[in-house]
Amino acid sequence: MKLAIQTKDFSFTYPKTKEATLKGINIPIYANKVTALIGPSGCGKSTLLRSCNRIHDVYPGNLYDGEILLYDNNGEKAENILQYKKENDLINLRQRIGMIFQKPTPFPMSIKDNITYGLKLSGIKNKTELLDRAEIALKGAALWEEVKDRLNNSAMGLSGGQQQRLCIARAVALKPQVLLFDEPTSALDPISTASIEELISELKNELTVLIVTHNMQQASRISDYTGFMYLGDLVEYDVTETIFLNPKEKKTEDYITGRFG
Amino acid sequence: MNRLLLNKIVITLSTLAALIGISFLLWILITLSIRGYHSIDWHIFTTDLVNNGLRNVIIGQFILAGIATVIGVPVGMMAGIYLREYGINSKFSMIVRNLSDVMMSAPSIVIGIFVYGIFVVPFGGFNGWAGVIALAILMIPIVVSTTDSMLSLVPQELREAGIALGASKAQVIYKIVLSAAKIGLITGVLLAFARVIGETAPLLFTSANNNFFSFGLSNQYPSLTVSIYHLALFPSQTSQNLAWAGSAILTLLVLFINLITRFIFKPRKQK
Ligand SMILES: Nc1ncnc2c1ncn2[C@@H]1O[C@H](COP(=O)(O)OP(=O)(O)OP(=O)(O)O)[C@@H](O)[C@H]1O
Ligand SMILES: [Mg+2]
Repeated sequence: MKLAIQTKDFSFTYPKTKEATLKGINIPIYANKVTALIGPSGCGKSTLLRSCNRIHDVYPGNLYDGEILLYDNNGEKAENILQYKKENDLINLRQRIGMIFQKPTPFPMSIKDNITYGLKLSGIKNKTELLDRAEIALKGAALWEEVKDRLNNSAMGLSGGQQQRLCIARAVALKPQVLLFDEPTSALDPISTASIEELISELKNELTVLIVTHNMQQASRISDYTGFMYLGDLVEYDVTETIFLNPKEKKTEDYITGRFG
Repeated sequence: MNRLLLNKIVITLSTLAALIGISFLLWILITLSIRGYHSIDWHIFTTDLVNNGLRNVIIGQFILAGIATVIGVPVGMMAGIYLREYGINSKFSMIVRNLSDVMMSAPSIVIGIFVYGIFVVPFGGFNGWAGVIALAILMIPIVVSTTDSMLSLVPQELREAGIALGASKAQVIYKIVLSAAKIGLITGVLLAFARVIGETAPLLFTSANNNFFSFGLSNQYPSLTVSIYHLALFPSQTSQNLAWAGSAILTLLVLFINLITRFIFKPRKQK
């Protein structure tokens, strides 16, 4: 099986905190699979996710330790993304690893411009190519039928679920290798949630998904692998079915059966 | 029983206070309207101060405030952007932010005197540019503060979303953050403009006044507010009427700008 990302003894410390928030995490993220991160609030799921595209670097003073290896498309050659220093390297990294947030984050511009924003940044100037890629991305996010007649309207006028799918389309348009999702459905209604889950399952044909979720059913429905985190440690990682049916650790079992968390 | 009584007293007192406040405001508006109405006629707008008209001073006021805006808005906005987006927690920006707040409450006559010392005396006399600079100085801290607070309303996730798509920090600020804060920023500019267009003290001994129509900012420069001040003091009925007319026009102007501001801000609130 091909790897997309592999962390090696990865530790992370926020500024002005004494103890590391993540302590020596080793987790493989397999290519074209969905990996879910679960665990009680404050255990470090978002911190781990946000390390993978170095979005932490928006704020100064964070401490990374260990390695996060990002593999090429063949799963052979890998680079340690923690070594990137220059802004250009980070920009390239973020074009390879996209991110979807908990609250939808449409930009205050038209639907079309939302999709083409990242494409333009990546250097595509040709108008027809931009429009084609936008259409493909919107179709891929099952949003095309709903917005094709109002591509020039503001994206702020869309419903929450539509906005979230727009954000997915916006990220997918860049053809990233990996997409990171941080509780992408926790602000949405059940129907929008279902459509996003379906979307994520389809996306794995083209890319790799790492998703943080508080919803156990969601994790078991859509993920192939699951990692259970607790207090900054990766307690258990396995095939999703095993985690939910035969967890090896008592903590994992307690958590998924709802005894704490 | 006791509580009910207290309640009644407080309600009565605060209603009374509100009535007093409103009645003074109405008094001013009514007086201005009546006096202004009797004094305003068409020729005020077509002749200059020298012929007992207000054309040159109204236009002069707009030119002074307009150029001050052209200078003050970019400077104030860039400073506000720096404070919120770049130096958010640094010592330097804390000092700048506090100084800017102090400047905002500085009496405008103090700014007038400062500019008098720096741009009037060394340049050999009153001049329009000194007036422009005084107004710009008055404006900058207001723009800094509204920019700062409007940018603080833009959710952090929006900035992160831009970065996550491969934008640089500057691209995120100029394409996403500013456009998300657009309405608030425009409102801030309008309010700052409304603030300086009615100012007298910073102009009194910087640009002073001029009876004639003029584009020459290196000389004494006409303005409505300073004219009102001089006309009101001048013991002739014509002058006093003109002062009333000017005051009514100025009040309407400021009222109008404030109404526009409300109108612009409204659609955002409904969301
Ligand atoms: N900017 C920060 N500075 C300092 N500590 C932080 C910062 N952000 C998060 N933390 C701390 O790091 C720990 C992990 O936070 P993180 O957001 O990764 O948790 P999480 O597992 O995503 O929780 P949740 O399920 O509530 O989203 C928490 O104890 C949190 O308080
Ligand atoms: Mg989280």
